[in-house]
Amino acid sequence: MLRTLFTTLASGLLFVSPSAWAESPDPDPSDWPAIVEAADGQEVFFHAWGGDPRRNDYIAWAAREVEDRYGVSVTQVKLADTGEAVARVAAEKAAGRVADGAVDLIWINGPNFASMKSQDLLFGPWAEELPSWRYVDVDGKPTVRNDFTVPTEGYEAPWGMAQIVFYHDTARLPDPPRSIAALGEWVETNPGRFSYPAPPDFLGLTFLKQAAIALIPEPDALQQPVDDARYAELTAPLWTWLDDVTPGLWRGGRAYPQTGTTLKQLMSDGEIEIAFSFNQSEASAAIANGELPDTVRSYVLKDGTIGNANFVAIPFNSGAKEGAMVFANFLMSPEAQAHGQDPAVLGNFTVLALDKLDADDRARFDALDLGVATLSPEELGQSLPEPHPSWMDRLAVDWSARYGVRN
Amino acid sequence: MKPFVSPLSLVPRITMALLAFPVLAGLAGTVIPGLGWMPALGGTRFDLAPWAALVSTPGIWRSAGLSLATGLGATAISLGAVILIVASWHGTRAFRLIRHTISPILSVPHAAAAFGLAFLIAPSGWIMRALSPWVTGSDRPPDWLLPGDPWGLSLVAGLVAKEIPFLLLMTLAALPQADADRSLRVAAMLGYGRVSAWTKCVLPRIYGQIRLPVYAVLAYSLANVETAIILGPSTPPTLAVQLTTWMRDPDLAVWLMASAGATLQVLIVFLGLGIWTTGERLARRVGYAWILHGGRLPNDAVLRAAGGLLALFASVPVLLGIAGLATWSFAGFWAFPEILPDRFTLQNWQRAAPGLFSLSATTLTIAFLSVALALVLVLGCLENGTRRRQRAGRWALLLLYLPLIVPQIAFLFGLQILGLRIGLDGSLFAVVLAHLIFVLPYIYLSLADPWASLDPRLGVAAATLGASENRIFWRLRLPMMLAPILTAAAVGFAVSIALYLPTLLIGAGRVPTLTTEAVALAAGGDRRLIGVYGLLQAALPFIGFALALLLPPLVWRNRRRMRIAA
Repeated sequence: MLRTLFTTLASGLLFVSPSAWAESPDPDPSDWPAIVEAADGQEVFFHAWGGDPRRNDYIAWAAREVEDRYGVSVTQVKLADTGEAVARVAAEKAAGRVADGAVDLIWINGPNFASMKSQDLLFGPWAEELPSWRYVDVDGKPTVRNDFTVPTEGYEAPWGMAQIVFYHDTARLPDPPRSIAALGEWVETNPGRFSYPAPPDFLGLTFLKQAAIALIPEPDALQQPVDDARYAELTAPLWTWLDDVTPGLWRGGRAYPQTGTTLKQLMSDGEIEIAFSFNQSEASAAIANGELPDTVRSYVLKDGTIGNANFVAIPFNSGAKEGAMVFANFLMSPEAQAHGQDPAVLGNFTVLALDKLDADDRARFDALDLGVATLSPEELGQSLPEPHPSWMDRLAVDWSARYGVRN
Repeated sequence: MKPFVSPLSLVPRITMALLAFPVLAGLAGTVIPGLGWMPALGGTRFDLAPWAALVSTPGIWRSAGLSLATGLGATAISLGAVILIVASWHGTRAFRLIRHTISPILSVPHAAAAFGLAFLIAPSGWIMRALSPWVTGSDRPPDWLLPGDPWGLSLVAGLVAKEIPFLLLMTLAALPQADADRSLRVAAMLGYGRVSAWTKCVLPRIYGQIRLPVYAVLAYSLANVETAIILGPSTPPTLAVQLTTWMRDPDLAVWLMASAGATLQVLIVFLGLGIWTTGERLARRVGYAWILHGGRLPNDAVLRAAGGLLALFASVPVLLGIAGLATWSFAGFWAFPEILPDRFTLQNWQRAAPGLFSLSATTLTIAFLSVALALVLVLGCLENGTRRRQRAGRWALLLLYLPLIVPQIAFLFGLQILGLRIGLDGSLFAVVLAHLIFVLPYIYLSLADPWASLDPRLGVAAATLGASENRIFWRLRLPMMLAPILTAAAVGFAVSIALYLPTLLIGAGRVPTLTTEAVALAAGGDRRLIGVYGLLQAALPFIGFALALLLPPLVWRNRRRMRIAA
């Protein structure tokens, strides 16, 4: 019995050659008419985190439009975590599947992008050849070409801006702390009413970086890869601050919310008094949705908050690269960007420069009512740049060692 | 005997190969990277670096210990509760009530049950809402570490609430073969109380039959992810939860460490099983002494009351939690400490509605196909065993239960690579085969013992009357097994519907089911959506279990002795 089993096992592994998938020539992104023509009839599987129903609805809307206009059929594969899709592409490479992979387009940024790019898991460059690229605000919003300091080099296309925005219930807390130092004092005098998602959650790590920018003596060092020699010295004030704050966190820092959206739930349950999000209009949307009381308002810290861009990238082995580019181009178009910025739809700020648009397209943006609890672009101010991805890895590891094992 | 090999005799081998090959190949694909070997990702040298990284992770031993303790604790409590419940109430009218309140929980997915329970017991949950502010004196929730307490008590409670219904179902399926009524009558005449009579006369016969389901429960509890994420401690979490986080890390060195961690998880499961079987031997010795000692416990009212209370604790909180989720699914604004939402809305359901039909259709198709395939294979194995008068050997059984004992997380990644290599992924067919790996053992688990307990004299009698082997199978054994077969199918159905990782990994995300959709949306932590999908996920298996309960009495309405004593 066992012998039969192992023979089968061995034959399965040895005799099936992965060369069954021939590599087809990559499309030329600069020949847009040819791209559109080849895209017609393609099926694009867009792997995107599925935890936000409003974003899922927005993707479904964009998919319908692209199907009608270009004959490209886009299906969102809703992920519980983006890492699942990254792992998928890596597994396909490991198994020798160089063409017709499962992932055609992936919503990605930061460390996931850095990792895929460095492992040659991405197709490109293509993003800056797209027709919609000419509207992108490359000067005013430098993060559309720098993903956590890693140059995108056309390997991913931006489709929305993100910036850390705090929110509070004015009925309970009229005057929230507007700096990391003030937040620390507030937490110590109001124990149990603030928390952040446990790293390596994306938003949780972003909070650590936000604190790091405010606390470490030379914030510019964050823009470079971690210097091992100076790491301990540079981060010491951050750990001191966290050591002071942690006992005053929700649950005394012995449990943390799992994700960013859990913060919103805790806010609506009255468990915490200050929450934050990467979506500039989360508070307005939640009020409209009946998830938060209408007395909630947003604010940013005095010295600014971290911002970045959301991107889409195409894996090296996608079988529908043309269709994926057509969809990415539509996501970046003035029409889709204005629709996405509508707080009734998604409330995600645009990556485009309004002064590059023609009058009709600009009017789409001017007509938007951003919602009662959303800050204007002026109030949001210039966002702070993301630190180099290596900081995220180091902070995550150290955080786990210091605060992830408090029980 | 005929000289050629009959097709039936091949069924056990095909079945073994279908189960063991993917698991062993997948496991190899996990264990080997844990030793540093993964050429595609740059690991081309065997070394222990991933293991070194693993054991130097802060809190890793606490995580491992937590997994072991909560898994063993949850299994022991579940089994003890089921024994006490059945021993004290079986055969009474109250037992029907107990069975009918506990059984529906079987169809509630683990994650939904856990979310429901969390909403019940959290400081801002339903219980505190009911008590605030008039008892607590505050309109703010207290800052208690619950769920997620450091001892894993809420996690154990969540696991127990889900495992009691399963073990109860397995016990009830085994009961008709144990000839319990006559033994109990004799014991009662000798002056034994109900609980001690059942424990001494019936349990020893039943336990042999439910031992494998108990092992499956143990292996599941030791390695579960969903319940532990929602109810378990987080600083640090259980090993399985920790592994899930690592496997999603973009850093490849972390993957290699995760592979080593998955191997550790396998070791923990085997260690847990070892501890359990040692416990079995001890219990056997103690029990034997207790039986000989002859204690009759004629006044066991307290024990019986405890059994009843346990039944209440096992069912009411989960049902309340589900009611809480159902309320959330219709909720508009709902702040603490309101006990009900300000207003009700259909918005959450409307939002989910467009995709539901195709999602349900895919889910049901996969479940039907995998269950049908599994039934054919299992019945083929069992019938072959009966005809050749042999029972499955120890090795065969081990292979059969491999998919339940080896943690999913430890072999699915390797299996995914295998599927990619042979070009078998991303299709409905591939997903059905992957589901078969998990559905088949559960179906075998549910059927093997009832089948073995069929009185062999019936077959002999039929043969003497001139019936052929095939006729005996189709006209005698199969109909007599109707109730266990339907129960097994319902269990398999529920297993298939709830499978997340296999569906996602083997389906390449291209075969969306209710569960993949539900888990993706639950990642957002929105109770309203979790309510919608949790109810939907529970509804499909619920129909399956309802049919399994309702059909046999209907079919056997003219055969009094075929009815299961309630």
